Amino acid sequence: MNALLAAQGIDPWIAFFSLATVVITVGMGFWTAGKSKSAGDFFVAGRSVSVGWNASAISGEYLSAASFMGVAGMVMATGYDALWYPVCYACGYLFLLLFIAGPLRRFGAYTIPDFAEGRYDSPLFRKIAVCFVLFIGFFYTMPQMKGAGTTLAYIFPGLPYWAGVVVVGAVITLNVSLGGMKGITLVQAFQYWLKVFAITLPIFVLAAIVGHYQQHLEANKTAQETVAAAPAGIERKALPAKAPKDEQWIAPFGKLTTKAVDASIAAARTPEAKAELEANKQPYSLLYTYSLIIALVCGTAGLPHILVRFYTNPDGVAAKRTTMWVMILIGVFYVFPPVYGVIGRSLTPELYDAVGAKGTDKVVLELPTLLAGRDHPLLGSILSGITCAGAFAAFMSTFSGLLVSMSSALAHDIYGRILRPASSPEQRLKAFKWSALIVGVTAVGLGSQVEALEINFMVGQAFAIAAASYFPLLFMSVWWRGMTMRGAATGMLVGGLSALASITLTSVSDVAVAKAKKLTDAAELAAYWADHPLAKGIADYWVAHPLARILCEQPAIWAVPLSILLMIFVSKATASTIPADVRMKMLVLHAPEALGLKQEYIKEHEGLGGH
Amino acid sequence: MRESSPTPDAIHSDAFLARLMRGQLKLSITCALCFMVALVALPLLNYYQPGFMAQRVFGFTLTWLILGVLFFPFVWVISYVFIQRSIALEDAEAKAAQDGLTK
Repeated sequence: MNALLAAQGIDPWIAFFSLATVVITVGMGFWTAGKSKSAGDFFVAGRSVSVGWNASAISGEYLSAASFMGVAGMVMATGYDALWYPVCYACGYLFLLLFIAGPLRRFGAYTIPDFAEGRYDSPLFRKIAVCFVLFIGFFYTMPQMKGAGTTLAYIFPGLPYWAGVVVVGAVITLNVSLGGMKGITLVQAFQYWLKVFAITLPIFVLAAIVGHYQQHLEANKTAQETVAAAPAGIERKALPAKAPKDEQWIAPFGKLTTKAVDASIAAARTPEAKAELEANKQPYSLLYTYSLIIALVCGTAGLPHILVRFYTNPDGVAAKRTTMWVMILIGVFYVFPPVYGVIGRSLTPELYDAVGAKGTDKVVLELPTLLAGRDHPLLGSILSGITCAGAFAAFMSTFSGLLVSMSSALAHDIYGRILRPASSPEQRLKAFKWSALIVGVTAVGLGSQVEALEINFMVGQAFAIAAASYFPLLFMSVWWRGMTMRGAATGMLVGGLSALASITLTSVSDVAVAKAKKLTDAAELAAYWADHPLAKGIADYWVAHPLARILCEQPAIWAVPLSILLMIFVSKATASTIPADVRMKMLVLHAPEALGLKQEYIKEHEGLGGH
Repeated sequence: MRESSPTPDAIHSDAFLARLMRGQLKLSITCALCFMVALVALPLLNYYQPGFMAQRVFGFTLTWLILGVLFFPFVWVISYVFIQRSIALEDAEAKAAQDGLTK
């Protein structure tokens, strides 16, 4: 067996660890399937998950392929600027904790669309909210699928990219339809600890052998240093021409944030135009940095698949405690992926030359195998197997969380509330399973299209959409009594859709440009662009207008304020439609549970024939 | 329905709700400001003081050490302080309201 695997270029240890992760995941899914019976179990795990379990499960769900592979790959590819991703992924939870977690849990609902309808007594608003659950969910699913495709293609070298997408999509869809929310809570909690183990252990062993984090950073000279103060014993391979230079890589405002302006400079015809662009480079990249920070921090507080988990807490205080523990758990994790990126720059610079699934995104998987060349062949294989298992856990857990939240949206909100309000719990449960299948198939279809895009970049875009739609909605609904349904809907729709539109514009042209780059023949290239006039037009426009490109690639800096301002203005204009019992709603959101207002609120609504 | 409700009218007054929300919001905004000052200041320092931020500290550049390592514990401290204060505030509100109920 081993000989057979080796003959195909497959490392038996890597295959073993990856397979074990999948088997444990599916096994736990079957095991918990027997325990998940009611609709409450499926949608919110019976609302009885303890702080420790829930914090592990939220962290497990949150640490996606983007965190596990994408952050390391991006730090390696672009340097310092990419550090904003892990930091804001972790620290974004602070906004969630400060403004949203407690009140949202107290309101008591199954899904965010439930909250939207309950807060404004508007079934129409539920429909709008459901659409955004699906938009954000699918945008977030695509990078997970890319992670799956990349990892499987890495483990089984002959396998095409789409095969990994299909395999992982099928496994998780099965798992979610078996156990729903209750089933995946256990699996995700387990997967958090697996991921922490898989990211820390290999890097500690590696660092002990090839040199530490700061030693490899020291090997990169800053603009202020004339020669690199490379510490003794730190090996560094020659960087290929494609790799960014040391000074740009280690300092802020490097390749990530100046890409748009650099493209324009390369295309500028006159020296004056070049000089003007050079002068704008730094201010533009500062703007890019701030827009990225806003997208990630506000986006974290508006991700539907994370928010829905807060409903699994027993009460508001538990929701707050859970959030704090999540910040600690994921913060500990996020220190490590950049270490892979930094050491990878020294030791595996050949990844800079590859594109797509074979590029820097796989540095986490590639780095441990270096030990094989340093007289530790077995250790190298085992550690690489462990990071592969971690990568599997990463995209499987995030995808299962997304699948639950999207299936809930379809089964609970669309089927149960909109299409068939009279359906029995059994019918809704069946609808949940069918929805999981529909969402799973769609996600696989979308995921097989995005091989050319960077994992982390795609996730950042999902955050930007969430930041401009759900974050303003939740923040304003929780804290401002004067909000009306029309105000909330206008702000969320305009903010969210304009972010979605500008992001789609950049992605469409980027995918087309990536395809065009693969064509070497001039005639073929010309024919390709002639077939894609729209993508060509957009790509040319970006080159001519770098500022527009930055604002479209990172829309949060204008879309979030736009959304909030619209909410305020439209709500003021339609102040007569403020829900009549708004004071009671606000009391339920803000008063401590000890006062028992929630029960009273439900009774009142039942008395009125609502809900 | 309100006649049969177990809670006193004091809880249903605008004044009670306003006090409740003001207390929690003030705490939330204070904590958010601490966080946002750091978040806004770091890119500005990178922009205006690149040399200072590029100096080596334990092999890291100063700015890399702050963003890649120190930022996490900083946020944990803010969230810990917030949780403690926020729960204390809730307990005080609940107690005050229930005292009003028994009187």
